[in-house]
Amino acid sequence: MEKTLKMIQSVSSSCTKIDAADVMVSVDKKDLHKVCEALYKDGWDYLINLTAVDNVENIEIVYHISKSADMEKFMVLKTNTTDVENPIIETVSDIWKSANLYEREAYDFFGVRFLNHPDMRRLFLRPDWVGYPLRKNYDNTPNEGIPSKVHDMDACEDVPSITLDRHGEIVENHTKLFGKNEYVVNFGPQHPSTHGVLHLRVSLEGETIKKIDPNFGYIHRGIEKMMESMTYPQMLFLTERLDYLCGSMNRHALCMCVEKAMGLEIPKRAEYIRTIFDELNRIASHLLGWACMCNDMGSITAFIYGMRDREKIMDIFQETAGGRLMVNYYVIGGVAQDIHPNFVNRVKEFIPYLRKMIKEYHTLFTGNPIARGRMINCGLLKKEDAIALGMSGPNGRASGWHCDVRKIAPYAAYSEVDFKEILHDGGDTIDRYMIRLEEIEESLKIIEQLIDKIPEGDFRAKVPAIVKVPAGEYYQRVENARGDFGVYLKSTGDKSPYRIKFRSPSMVAVSGLDPICRDTKIADLIMIGGSLDYVIPCIDR
Amino acid sequence: MEVKDIKIKSMKTEDFRDNESLQKYIDELEKGGVGIKVAPLDKVINWGRSYSVWPLTFATSCCGIEFMCVAAARHDFARFGFEVTRNSPRQADVIFVSGTITKKMAPVLRRLYDEMSEPKYVIAVGGCTVSGGPFKSSYHVVDGVDKIIPVDVYVPGCPPRPEAMLYAMMQLQRKIRVESIFKMPKNPENGSVILSKYNSDGTLVTPASETKQIEEGGAE
Repeated sequence: MEKTLKMIQSVSSSCTKIDAADVMVSVDKKDLHKVCEALYKDGWDYLINLTAVDNVENIEIVYHISKSADMEKFMVLKTNTTDVENPIIETVSDIWKSANLYEREAYDFFGVRFLNHPDMRRLFLRPDWVGYPLRKNYDNTPNEGIPSKVHDMDACEDVPSITLDRHGEIVENHTKLFGKNEYVVNFGPQHPSTHGVLHLRVSLEGETIKKIDPNFGYIHRGIEKMMESMTYPQMLFLTERLDYLCGSMNRHALCMCVEKAMGLEIPKRAEYIRTIFDELNRIASHLLGWACMCNDMGSITAFIYGMRDREKIMDIFQETAGGRLMVNYYVIGGVAQDIHPNFVNRVKEFIPYLRKMIKEYHTLFTGNPIARGRMINCGLLKKEDAIALGMSGPNGRASGWHCDVRKIAPYAAYSEVDFKEILHDGGDTIDRYMIRLEEIEESLKIIEQLIDKIPEGDFRAKVPAIVKVPAGEYYQRVENARGDFGVYLKSTGDKSPYRIKFRSPSMVAVSGLDPICRDTKIADLIMIGGSLDYVIPCIDR
Repeated sequence: MEVKDIKIKSMKTEDFRDNESLQKYIDELEKGGVGIKVAPLDKVINWGRSYSVWPLTFATSCCGIEFMCVAAARHDFARFGFEVTRNSPRQADVIFVSGTITKKMAPVLRRLYDEMSEPKYVIAVGGCTVSGGPFKSSYHVVDGVDKIIPVDVYVPGCPPRPEAMLYAMMQLQRKIRVESIFKMPKNPENGSVILSKYNSDGTLVTPASETKQIEEGGAE
């Protein structure tokens, strides 16, 4: 880290270390682009997250960066602008492709405009929305009237951007997203195969896809803003509603983030239970992902099979936690209650059952010549594209990128178990399909190793009645079923957070639709979308 | 007509919890000019109609997964006559509004409802659609889907269990049983036949609740 710090200090003298843990560096906004370029050349090619924070007197942009070749490396870069009325910061989307959507999000919620960013449209809210909701001075009274008309599609196609002219003055440009002669098809928001309310504008040439423009926000609930007025235990239940298919893992991320910040020691028993629950949840999510992808390709039987076996996991959850889909089981300091006496036996019965079933899945669908013919060599994603887009999780691993957070930065009981990180190197649809079924088997292996070894003792640590997180900034990563899920938490020492942001692995998956689907056929879009396995409410938050 | 006269195959009348609301609904229908007794031909038609209600494949968030569970092997709503889901609103009879409706989604949902052909029904699934649920304090969430479209059955829960959804389906079947195809309810004020549950100007035709004006214009 010292070397990196020296390197960027030689680029810009404004770089200063702000945290004792030497991962946090502040840089002047004038030198931001230079420093980021130098970092990129040094191998920091994975932008994990980009967060805007409204500090009232200034607006701060926080970059979380890592190296794809050495994922344990992690650093935080910060810059700010004191011009709160008209904040402008230079873009880094030409360095890291994944910054494109993050910067649009920062514009949508904070009004920060990025210089030289090609596309400064709103990402979530309607084009006619007034105000920037995550600003501290935004009046977020709920009842403002319900719009009766669908927003203007033409307004969505008008792409503003800002650049500097040769005198150093800021000029606003407007371009059109699609040409006059382009044939544009609306895909969604109401479509059975978009896995939620995703709206894609697809430009076609015959049957071939030329461009895809995703339009988010149909399920934007303002969770991040709501959380700013909630206490920490209250916040937990909303995390499960982000990505409902891996709710436990999202909740785990926030629990760990708060626990680490408070310096809480978690009982071993709770860590084991959490790991088992996480893995069960991963299996449930992958089963549903597999079932839906097969359903999208026309196999109703596979859908019925997948859902049938998923119900068995729901039964296990229900017995211990009381909830099915929303388990609501983890709390700060451990888990809400002890496991049910039947839990261990039920899980032990489930493991051989599912192993048998996976064989059946392979005979039912994987070997199907029609399915193989459609999936092989379709929807290619190269490793370097996956890294540039930040597409972690099963999708990244299908392209050969070693990016499993469970291996890189083990949390809970993952350091104590032996499991394989599944890597494929093809990066096409069949790789993404196979990786999910193979990961289910690895998850079963993890559960098998832990289930007999759940230590005795408390399931919950003693936690103060009012949870207060010490002032500071925290970032916690977990591997959820879709990839690298992160929680950024800024606290001022109060009982509710100052700013909270979730890194959504689904958002990067959708941002990858455009490069993956170009020059494929429109019928394959649905299959590729199924193989990327995104969950829309996680994107929209 | 009394509630006890409505019989469906799956459950006994006395096992249903909320028989009072249905009785109120019957009384309202009678006030609107629908006959006291449902005619024999109506009975036959309603029998057929109530066992072939096809839902629209519509889900915005978490409740949609539970809706998928209801459709899949364990719970299997085909047993109750909700045979298959339809992807086009023009072929669907009922819309399960499963998941939060936001301000950006609200006009889309209303358009979907408009595209469905009569007779059409709405089931509000989950806390979000009933009242805004956990997201009631949000700036971008519609607090109650009944502000956009008229709702027939409300299912609370976050998300509701599949059993709760099946119960809601059976309640809807009972509601269908009391309707008369040949006598449409009339507007008590001017005597015109109410074909749709809401008028062209966007006001709801629900005698029980006050008419709600859908506000024009954008979100500002």
